[in-house]
Amino acid sequence: MANFETVEVSTDLLIVGGGFGACGAATEAAYWAKKNGLKVTLVDKAALDRSGAVAMGLSAINQYVGVKDGENTVEDYVRYVRQDLMGISREDLVYNIARHVDSTVHLFEKWGLKIWTDEEGKYVHEGRWQLMINGESYKIIIAEAAKNALADAGGEIYERVFITEPLVENNKIVGAIGFSTREEKVYVFKAKAVIAGMGGAVHVFRPRSVGEGLGRSWYPPFNSGSSAYFTLKAGAEMTCQEVRFIPVRFKDGYGPVGAWFLLFKSRAVSAQGGEYMQVRHEELQNWAPYGLAKPIPANLRNYLGMLDIDAGLGPLYMETHEAIGKLAEQYKDDPKAFKKKMKELEAEAWEDFLDMTISQAILWASQNVKPEEKHSEIAACEPYFIGSHSGASGAWVSGPEDMDTPYKWGYENMTTVDGLFAVGDASGASSHKFSSGSHAEGRIAGKAAVKYIVEKGAEPAVDMAKVEELKAKLLAPLDLFEAHCNETTDPEVNTNYIMPRQFMFRLQKIMDEYAGGVTSAFKTSKSLLERAMELFVFLREDAEKLAARDLHELMRCWENIQRMWQGEAHVRTILFREETRWPGYYFRADTPKMDEENWHCFANCKWDPATGEWEMMKRDVWNIPGV
Amino acid sequence: MPSYVITEKCDGCKGQDKTACQYICPNDLMVLDMERMKAYNRDPEMCWECMCCVKMCPQQAMDVRGYADFVPLGASATPLRGSQDIMWTVKFRDGSLKRFKFPIRTNEEGSADPLGGFATHDDLNSEALATEPASLGLDAVPTL
Repeated sequence: MANFETVEVSTDLLIVGGGFGACGAATEAAYWAKKNGLKVTLVDKAALDRSGAVAMGLSAINQYVGVKDGENTVEDYVRYVRQDLMGISREDLVYNIARHVDSTVHLFEKWGLKIWTDEEGKYVHEGRWQLMINGESYKIIIAEAAKNALADAGGEIYERVFITEPLVENNKIVGAIGFSTREEKVYVFKAKAVIAGMGGAVHVFRPRSVGEGLGRSWYPPFNSGSSAYFTLKAGAEMTCQEVRFIPVRFKDGYGPVGAWFLLFKSRAVSAQGGEYMQVRHEELQNWAPYGLAKPIPANLRNYLGMLDIDAGLGPLYMETHEAIGKLAEQYKDDPKAFKKKMKELEAEAWEDFLDMTISQAILWASQNVKPEEKHSEIAACEPYFIGSHSGASGAWVSGPEDMDTPYKWGYENMTTVDGLFAVGDASGASSHKFSSGSHAEGRIAGKAAVKYIVEKGAEPAVDMAKVEELKAKLLAPLDLFEAHCNETTDPEVNTNYIMPRQFMFRLQKIMDEYAGGVTSAFKTSKSLLERAMELFVFLREDAEKLAARDLHELMRCWENIQRMWQGEAHVRTILFREETRWPGYYFRADTPKMDEENWHCFANCKWDPATGEWEMMKRDVWNIPGV
Repeated sequence: MPSYVITEKCDGCKGQDKTACQYICPNDLMVLDMERMKAYNRDPEMCWECMCCVKMCPQQAMDVRGYADFVPLGASATPLRGSQDIMWTVKFRDGSLKRFKFPIRTNEEGSADPLGGFATHDDLNSEALATEPASLGLDAVPTL
């Protein structure tokens, strides 16, 4: 076995991940930990300043309820999410996040984030819930608060340590194991409670660009399903594993369209000029009641555009020139003011890309696109697993204590594994939390986890024999490469092992062609999914044959194992849910209609660590009374 | 090759234990070739073009060349990030230029106070987080 040093770290609370959920958890937990003499440790596979989905920055805060100014109520947000997710959401969790998210945003502003304000000092809204920001350094600022909080409370941060496996004894989490991506060291963290916040999953499905642009995913390529893998392997019940998300964005660069739709009031049309939301309005009847209420769910908006593409009416275009022209029209008698307004709009449009999707700015510049002069192509991206946006996949977590719901078995945001909490993309059925809501959810879990440790925290009983086994498994790809790499003149092609890139491509091919990816026009069926399950058997077996020549590739091996587990949970759950409920995310051609009678419920799954068996189950949807 | 290193400008961060680009890349892509004392992107196909490395490079030795499988050649978006704002120069394929300057934060780097100056409390059992209800701007945390 590769000779790695084992570093043991004992802590009270371990936070795994470094994005908004994890930073929220660290900031809040540090406050309560200090009061109770506890230690908080955060471990991140990258550098906290620029890790997670907001690494590049963001141009908007997508969840702000505005309760203090009477703009909306928390209940309004619950209705909005219920509607967008076609009736399937954990309303207790959505409520809990929504009632705390404004305080998160107010803290962000104090921490140094520039939120746009108008002449009266009020936040500038992009849409009902969205605020415009200058967000190039959004992540740096949020990480800074987390670091300062941890430093004040005597906490620790480990960067470039990649956590793979949870350590669980009798359905109680006792720690986590992983390895440094910089030094030959295995890290064993022993903890009384663990918060999982390692993001969603990208590159499970084959992306549209498969050459150099392979990395140009809408969500970051370094989000590899660590959260799903960690919680699944711990034995936690999972929810909404079928509810993937497909954003419609500017084609190929995947630049944001929110500002164009909401702020600039732009229209999206087919190449024939028809506005698919109008032309195909009748289709929405088939998805009642959700199709008939406003706002029309994201997946249905996708779907109407996809119908245009299927009918050969593509490409689809965002009418940017028309939108900017209309906005400037009101200044037509004042050329000076017109020029000023155009300059302002131009800067806003470009900042929208430069703050969060720089590739899109480069793509526009490379094609000499000037949005005020010419429309731009939009398209549905590949599917992603992102419970914080309009997808919903994640762990099934306990709800708020002060609400009378069927979803309470422990502390807020605790999974069905004792002491294991989930936040952000790691927690499911609480969509539309985005950056601010994920941070708020992190804060909720940070406090709850400290409470758990104070009330129930036992010394973690880590079985070191098991740790040794896990360590060998963790490093096996290095050993396998070492043992066989000289047998062929090209070490990439070898009968004894598979390199992580090709393994990823194999997973992506299965997902794309059988589970409704881009090349299948997002359509699948029972037969296709069953064939995917047959191919998964081989893939799972070959995962044991992954090989790595260095630490970086070792990370890639484990990232792809994580993706494989996310993919399998997805396929199993689509197979289980015998209806089509989110047609713009995936369409089950053999069950093409929504079935409210039998499937107005959560589809949950669980992998049993003792037997290795999967279990599928339905869970009831509970609505907040009177909302 | 998404992010790339300009040979002439890179000094390997003078052989410190890690280079700025290695330190910051969220996808662990940057490597220092110790022999040449030059950094390089080991896997351009996994680059998100987030430009964290470009913004941080002390020698301005890094830039991004758009993904060759769908981006026509000749364009660039070059950042110059200061402590308070960022200046962007967008170069079009036709040679035209646009320049933008955006603020990046409102206060001094490092000064974020986790509690934001809001009143705090000691009740571990309440629904109120550390700075609530003060940071909500309400008298109490909303409940059903």
